[in-house]
Amino acid sequence: MSTQSQNRLSGGQIALIGLCLAFLLAFLFLPLVAVFVEALEKGWEAYGAALVEPDAISAIKLTLLVAAISVPVNIVFGIAASWAIAKFDFKGKSFLITLIDLPFSVSPVVAGLIFVLLFGAQGWLGPWLRENDIQVIFAVPGIVLATIFITFPFVARELIPLMMEQGKDDEEAALSLGASGFQTFWHVTLPNIRFGLLYGVLLCNARAMGEFGAVSVVSGHLRGLTNTMPLHVEILYNEYNFVAAFAVASLLAGLALLTLVFKSLIEWKYGYSHGSAGH
Amino acid sequence: MIRLENISKAFGDFAALKGINLDIKDGEFVALLGPSGSGKTTLLRIIAGLAFADEGRIWFNETDVSDQKVADRNVGFVFQHYALFKHMSIADNVGFGLSVRPRKTRPAKDVIRARAEELLDLVQLGRLGKRFPSQLSGGQRQRVALARALAVEPQLLLLDEPFGALDAKVRKELRRWLRQLHEQMGLTSIFVTHDQEEALELADRVVVMDHGVIEQLGQPDEIYMNPASSFVSGFVGDNNSLPVVVQDGQVRFQDRVLSLPIIAEGSGPARLDFRPHDVALSMAEAGGDAAGSLPLTVNGVYRRGGDWRVEGTMPGETRVLEIDLPAIEPAPAVGSQLGLTIRHARLFPVA
Repeated sequence: MSTQSQNRLSGGQIALIGLCLAFLLAFLFLPLVAVFVEALEKGWEAYGAALVEPDAISAIKLTLLVAAISVPVNIVFGIAASWAIAKFDFKGKSFLITLIDLPFSVSPVVAGLIFVLLFGAQGWLGPWLRENDIQVIFAVPGIVLATIFITFPFVARELIPLMMEQGKDDEEAALSLGASGFQTFWHVTLPNIRFGLLYGVLLCNARAMGEFGAVSVVSGHLRGLTNTMPLHVEILYNEYNFVAAFAVASLLAGLALLTLVFKSLIEWKYGYSHGSAGH
Repeated sequence: MIRLENISKAFGDFAALKGINLDIKDGEFVALLGPSGSGKTTLLRIIAGLAFADEGRIWFNETDVSDQKVADRNVGFVFQHYALFKHMSIADNVGFGLSVRPRKTRPAKDVIRARAEELLDLVQLGRLGKRFPSQLSGGQRQRVALARALAVEPQLLLLDEPFGALDAKVRKELRRWLRQLHEQMGLTSIFVTHDQEEALELADRVVVMDHGVIEQLGQPDEIYMNPASSFVSGFVGDNNSLPVVVQDGQVRFQDRVLSLPIIAEGSGPARLDFRPHDVALSMAEAGGDAAGSLPLTVNGVYRRGGDWRVEGTMPGETRVLEIDLPAIEPAPAVGSQLGLTIRHARLFPVA
């Protein structure tokens, strides 16, 4: 009896599922298709040309560089923060958790402005930076800083609940068997969190490459110098160069799809699903 | 020998341990028994070096280990939830303690493997070395955890509720097996439990704890037969407790003078504790109301091994008393009146 009612969908259920599918189609799938259609409107040659054009190459390189710096930094920070939060009790712990969430709650534009305020020519550290001939704003260091700020919750947010659920027993067991702190981390903690970590890194990387708002404020949009891929897309689009804009955009979209594929692979292969902490 | 001197520990405002003193002899098997919040696990963790006392010293033989970290104390620790490394094979789990040693003292890989095999044989899991923890049952996992702890040849074995996560049958088997293993190896061992049956069955000596202090310390039989406080008699074994008044060498319950096999000293309010099997039926012809006996109305009866466990109340009372009567006799009928004579009891003055 009960299996029958499970198998046969009522009219209401069909309507709801249909609504979901229609929504996904309209807001996710169609835009994605549109990106690739637009990009290939003038054929593969125009598409290829837009990607090998020097400014585009430079934007791609800069995006990769920014991700290559900010992702490892956030891996280290994320592991350290979640380790401290999950395994130790200290004063100000909830404040630290709130701080980690800050980049999620602050508008990226505001985040960018914070860095301008700090490091810009008129900013707090501006005079000192000028004296020492260091340029942060409208240069690569500013972009890296803004990206690190925007992406630092991803790894930590993924690991904190996971590590809290796992508790301290495994680490204490390792320590009681004579392992050093580093051995315990390397042989016990890291393997326990590896899938959660990988998941966090994927999300962090996707955002690091795709971040627009904060980076836009600090970059200065110097072509060939401080343009990341999302900024490059915007510039091309504003110049009515749609094919080139969508060609570069399709790379970003492709990256997003790749991230999803990896994420699904992790979930499928290791049974790790978001929120269920690895069982 | 392990010596604990005046160990105290507080978590914020909560005093988990208040001045614990305890000596443990070599080869002894000691149970730390108490309800949750009694401080027993905290004490075990302090002995291990997984936590540190605010005050007091810990001695392992002639060495003051109070400030040593767990890795330097050479203790084996077994966790309630096994804490096996999920991504390592069983053999790698057991060999872990040897494989993380500094290069100079680390045995060769095949020596470690041989040692792991040897220990797995000892815990009767000889063929399972290549499996992973998730492929084992709870009882098997706990034996692996034990083998892993023994691999580093600890001078002291500490077990935190080692059978707590297992079902009743496995628990019983593992208990007997652990007792045998202890007799075979003679390793000084301390285990934490809230299960009095487990403590009485396994330990050479039982430390009963409550609210951060040791309530009683003694051999299992001593703890059971001569509890030092009303808390101990209530916590260890089944127990009935009546509020009584002691006056002029007499014990009164309500307006009834009880005849007891003990000498009542002092005066004032007290608790009279007796176990379900420490009573006998008064002569039936006395109508259940002989002088000095307790009248009991039977509310329920069920079999408990060779006894009837009778639950009943006294006239004008809501307190349920439990008594055991030999099941050779027919079970008393529900609603019938019994007269009880207390054969063995303890009196604890109420402060």
